[in-house]
Amino acid sequence: MSEQTPVKEAPANPPTELEKRFPGAVKRDERAGYEGHIVEVAKLHEVAAAIRDEMGYDFLSSVTAVDYYSEAPEGENFIEVVYHLYKSTGGGALVYRVQVPRDDAVVPSLVDLYPGADFQEREAWDLYGVKFEGHPDLRRILLWEGFAGHPMRKDWKEPYFEEDVKPFKNRWPEGQVYRIEDRNPVGKNVSYPQGFDPEGFQETDDPRMYESLERSSQDFVERIDTEQVVVNLGPQHPSTHGVFRMAVRMHGETIVGLKPVMGYLHRNHEQIGERNTWTMNMPFTDRLDYLSSMSNNFGYALAVEKLIGEKAAPPERAEYIRVIMAELTRISNHLWAIGFLLNDLGAFFTPALYAIEERELILDIFEATAGSRMMCNYFRFGGVARDLPEGILPKIKDLVTDRLPRKVEELDLYLSANELVRSRGEGVGVITPEEAIAFSAAGPVLRASGVPYDVRRADPYSIYDRFKFDVTVRQHGDVYDRYMIRIDEIYQSLSILRQALKDIPEGEIMNGKNPYQVRVPAGESYGRVEGPKGELGFYIVSTGKANPHRYHVRAPSFINLTILEKMCVGQKIADVVVNLGSIDIVLGEVDR
Amino acid sequence: MTEKTVTPTVNSAGYDVPPELRQSVAITTLDKIWNMGRRYSVWPMMFGLACCAIEMICTAASRYDLARFGMEVMRPSPRQSDLMIVSGTVTKKMIPQIVRLYNQMPEPKYVMAMGACASGGGPFKEGYNVVSGVDQYIPVDVYVPGCPPTPQALLHGLMKLQEKIDRESITKVRWYQKDEIPAIPVPILGPDIIDPRDNAAIREMASRKAAPAAPAAQPETAEAPAA
Ligand code: SF4
Repeated sequence: MSEQTPVKEAPANPPTELEKRFPGAVKRDERAGYEGHIVEVAKLHEVAAAIRDEMGYDFLSSVTAVDYYSEAPEGENFIEVVYHLYKSTGGGALVYRVQVPRDDAVVPSLVDLYPGADFQEREAWDLYGVKFEGHPDLRRILLWEGFAGHPMRKDWKEPYFEEDVKPFKNRWPEGQVYRIEDRNPVGKNVSYPQGFDPEGFQETDDPRMYESLERSSQDFVERIDTEQVVVNLGPQHPSTHGVFRMAVRMHGETIVGLKPVMGYLHRNHEQIGERNTWTMNMPFTDRLDYLSSMSNNFGYALAVEKLIGEKAAPPERAEYIRVIMAELTRISNHLWAIGFLLNDLGAFFTPALYAIEERELILDIFEATAGSRMMCNYFRFGGVARDLPEGILPKIKDLVTDRLPRKVEELDLYLSANELVRSRGEGVGVITPEEAIAFSAAGPVLRASGVPYDVRRADPYSIYDRFKFDVTVRQHGDVYDRYMIRIDEIYQSLSILRQALKDIPEGEIMNGKNPYQVRVPAGESYGRVEGPKGELGFYIVSTGKANPHRYHVRAPSFINLTILEKMCVGQKIADVVVNLGSIDIVLGEVDR
Repeated sequence: MTEKTVTPTVNSAGYDVPPELRQSVAITTLDKIWNMGRRYSVWPMMFGLACCAIEMICTAASRYDLARFGMEVMRPSPRQSDLMIVSGTVTKKMIPQIVRLYNQMPEPKYVMAMGACASGGGPFKEGYNVVSGVDQYIPVDVYVPGCPPTPQALLHGLMKLQEKIDRESITKVRWYQKDEIPAIPVPILGPDIIDPRDNAAIREMASRKAAPAAPAAQPETAEAPAA
């Protein structure tokens, strides 16, 4: 836009490609530490469509809202919706954002362009009260219809509110420790709008969900006309892998509509994360995808290190340790996923028991290095918490060169060609590559549909560019391929591990001291890793204070679920649990 | 036959058995027999809430082997189970189902709060959707600390439960009393979770001028979204 101003050596705004393409509608984000562009709200849909179709950014990785709130009226007071996009052929991110006033937060929905935005927009509506105009089904997703307020807004205070940021004063040595329950008249973690009368209150969540289910159900014509019935699976169901619920509408045994209902494990990870200091969040990330805590640590550490910059670049040895731990995690996660998928296929618990046996060996290594079997809390900004203990490397070597290959081959041998696994898996829940990309599916789900996209290769982080490994890919996009791809990935991980174990150097494991408080400069960053379940991203905004201003998790399990309905419609009810098992979700990450 | 003095065995009820019968007769109380049967066949409900459930599954798997306690029969149906292991964070959205499941379990039933979350809220206690411990709604028999408790800790908790069962007496346990045991009222998802037992207190709290930490934003959810 401002081309006529004489530009000498100062890097004063040569218009970017986007600015040239959309004069007036797009302007560069000039705040320090921010990247990308700000799009006019009214033009968002048009710009987004052009970016997808002309520039090839077809993979919408993350949509999230940020609340910029200040009590002073002249301060900044707006809600920003941030979009992170990638090309499914690889490369860096394209970021754009819109800014809307807090009291009238209306943004056009991008669900028609990117169906993968569906749940993410619903989440932003639920937690931030951003209305997405044109969204087909804008209901609350993690909380329930009727909940008072949008809890992630900065001026919303939870019932147990103490202070805006941690560490809370009463936990300091001189602090007066009290039980927060005792300050609440009901003695529980609750608060109600003024004048609320609980007598005769009616819930509204379920009716609205059933309405939406009915709206989206497809008409099914069959020879025998049967009545359509709605069946609820979960939240307490042995094969929903946790507290997940699906409301399924059936015509006979054929599924005509399916609505996932989640939030039964919504434990306010993000809000607590914004009260915590930067380092305090590390153990909380363990509890996201609690089967692969090391990977979560990795993603969060990367995002924060990106913002801190050179000062937090981990030393060589730490990088190797990180890769070793992340790959071990992937193996243990996939073993678990395979075991429990077979559980859903009807091989009740026997394969799972074998898989858990191997996983235990990996957990032993975690326990020796990090001190805990599951919640490792091992990564720090600029390295890892402690060095590998004496004698653990030979143990890992033993495991990855001898025991695990043997055992995985055994699983492969007995399961992969098994008649039942094949007939229940092949051709079930087929997802085409185009659908997988459009629905922002990630990880094994995406790769099993024939899209060779792996963040480790497409947008390498840490030292993954040094290792030789194949990006696994399978072509059919059915349950069987989603099972096979996990076996493939275990083999690749074993190969990466062998290389890493060969090359791991001696030396430091932290860049400088491990500080109690880190100083994170103002700005934003999006760090992502290829977690076992898919692309795990952390979007953080810092204002230079001791705690994040925004802390958002792009959870692969959550976003992979967007495609579940598509996967299941037209199939039999018995395939639902199999389809769900093949996505491999963990509820800690779905609901956060 | 040796002339040793009679040492009361564990199962002795305090009666002397003549020496010649000791090989074949033992006297014990009905309670003990009853409790023994009960303690070795506690069937847990297959019911996982969060991270702790993973450790519960590991406990049931071959390495730690819950079968040694007669507890490996995990039942997915509350109707067939004796023990609810609340393994994970209890959220407000989930507590109505938990109470419902608890009500559906037949007596005798036991509840174990596994982990910091189920015992008292744990790391996520301050969260707006988190219940500070399942014992605010249903009675808990055993608390197992840890985040997550190791399988060993869970086993220890189960042994504590067995000890608790050992102390029961069929004349006193609540499920053999005349009066019916009332069901626990199921909480309702209102603007916040509503425990029907607290109705009076809630009304009082909501009628106050400035309720502590009342949400600032207006509830605006009941209406349909702009579409
Ligand atoms: S106690 Fe810890 S491990 Fe258990 S559910 Fe809570 S956060 Fe997860």
